[in-house]
Amino acid sequence: MTMRINTFFYSIKQGIKNIFRNKMFSLASIATMAACIFLFGLFYIVIVSFNSTVRSIEEGVSVTVFFDKGISDAEMTEIGKKLQAREEVSKIEFISAEQAWKDYKKIYFEGREELAQGFTENPLANSAHYQVYLKDVSKQEQLVREIKAIAGVREVKDSTQVANTLTDFNHLIGYVSAGMILILLCVAVFLISNTITVGISVRREEIAIMKLIGATDYLVRAPFVVEGVIIGLIGAAIPLVVLYFMYQKIIVYIADKFNFIGSMISFMPVHSVFETLIPISVALGAGIGLLGSIITIRKHLRV
Amino acid sequence: MIKLEHVSKSYSAGTPALNDVNLEIADGEFVFIVGDSGSGKSTLIRLLLKELEPSEGRVMINGKVLGKIKHKQLPKFRRKIGVVFQDFRLLKDRNVFDNVAFAQKVVGEPNSRIKKQVPLMLSMVGLAAKYRSYPKQLSGGEQQRVAIARALVNDPDILLADEPTGNLDNNNAWEIMKLLEEINSRGTTVVVVTHNLEIVKVMKKRVITIKKGTIVSDSKQGDYDDED
Repeated sequence: MTMRINTFFYSIKQGIKNIFRNKMFSLASIATMAACIFLFGLFYIVIVSFNSTVRSIEEGVSVTVFFDKGISDAEMTEIGKKLQAREEVSKIEFISAEQAWKDYKKIYFEGREELAQGFTENPLANSAHYQVYLKDVSKQEQLVREIKAIAGVREVKDSTQVANTLTDFNHLIGYVSAGMILILLCVAVFLISNTITVGISVRREEIAIMKLIGATDYLVRAPFVVEGVIIGLIGAAIPLVVLYFMYQKIIVYIADKFNFIGSMISFMPVHSVFETLIPISVALGAGIGLLGSIITIRKHLRV
Repeated sequence: MIKLEHVSKSYSAGTPALNDVNLEIADGEFVFIVGDSGSGKSTLIRLLLKELEPSEGRVMINGKVLGKIKHKQLPKFRRKIGVVFQDFRLLKDRNVFDNVAFAQKVVGEPNSRIKKQVPLMLSMVGLAAKYRSYPKQLSGGEQQRVAIARALVNDPDILLADEPTGNLDNNNAWEIMKLLEEINSRGTTVVVVTHNLEIVKVMKKRVITIKKGTIVSDSKQGDYDDED
């Protein structure tokens, strides 16, 4: 069917009229939708912030690789090259025996340097090592196993415990919030469907007349789809605005009042959170509106 | 042309609403269908609009068998038939102009054409001056005129009127009948279901009488079977 621009605008206009025609139900739907998207946004921000916190912790998680006694510098460099070449490795740092002793002295003999004078030889002569940082902490176990197999490697110290806990916790938060969001979305679909049902029953007479006059299915149905999508979009816009200002305020507030939390959580900058949150929420709002109205039309508007 | 061949319609077990009806209405005819309530008149109208399917037999309009019209083609088919009801069925939240324009919007007419066509229709039914009034501000007769304008604005071949004067006083009823006659004189086939026997007598048109689902008489000149 060739759809005229005229009919297209007609549908939009009628859809908007529908919203005003049953104000209470539209408001209820918009409110629920807004609540859903608000919670979704909140979860999203929490997850994103937590993720970025985890990532910054993960970045600090490293594997320490020690070498066999009497290994040559060339061999050490060779091992270093092998490590750097691995996919899961983000960076490696070489700490020479001298550097290790220097760091050690700095930590343990600070202010009492004379005590360290007793050591004529470097007591950490065999402590040259690589700090290996990973891109993805969950791959640590595998990596450690494989580094151990490299010739010239004496010992590998890892932080499996930290890595595993972080990964598990990250997954848990992800699953829990996905579950809650799913439930909320179902509620939103249900409410929009309810609103559209009321809209259809209010306009039953008009629909009957339209059919008798020879309106196509498209023209009978389109206004209700438009109604659903608009409710979805308004429902998405409101919480986005609220969240935007809230997030800004909260970052400042926490950094100000709860210094220790601020230092534990690494908040993402506002624009980078909302760069993703806005399109997702808008798509979600429109999508739920679309789904809710289409389900209802299928059920109640068998034209 | 409207043609019914051995058409029966029963809703559930029991006496059928229509029973083996054969009928032909030529293009440009003016036909009354009379009968008591429950005689099957409304069923006949609904069959012609393809709101119902016959249990047996077939209904044809302009050579097309209605049973073969697919759901998708239904809107196009219905645009060829104008319909008017006893209760007018106007949209209460729209004024006279918009009620008539609605029928054109539904079929996707461009606004420029709507603006030309609707005033033309309204002046034909004698309501040009009241185009901004709302249905509740109009008398029953005026509302029915709006309904007729709406039914005709898309230039249908056939106008079906289901008890068009049922809610009107005598004067208004006559006005509507004159209007329908005028429409018929312009070439539109008009089928009027009514139980206003006085009007039927005076108009001297073809009268088909239905009783308990069967056609009991079909007379050319306003006679009908009114033994009870």
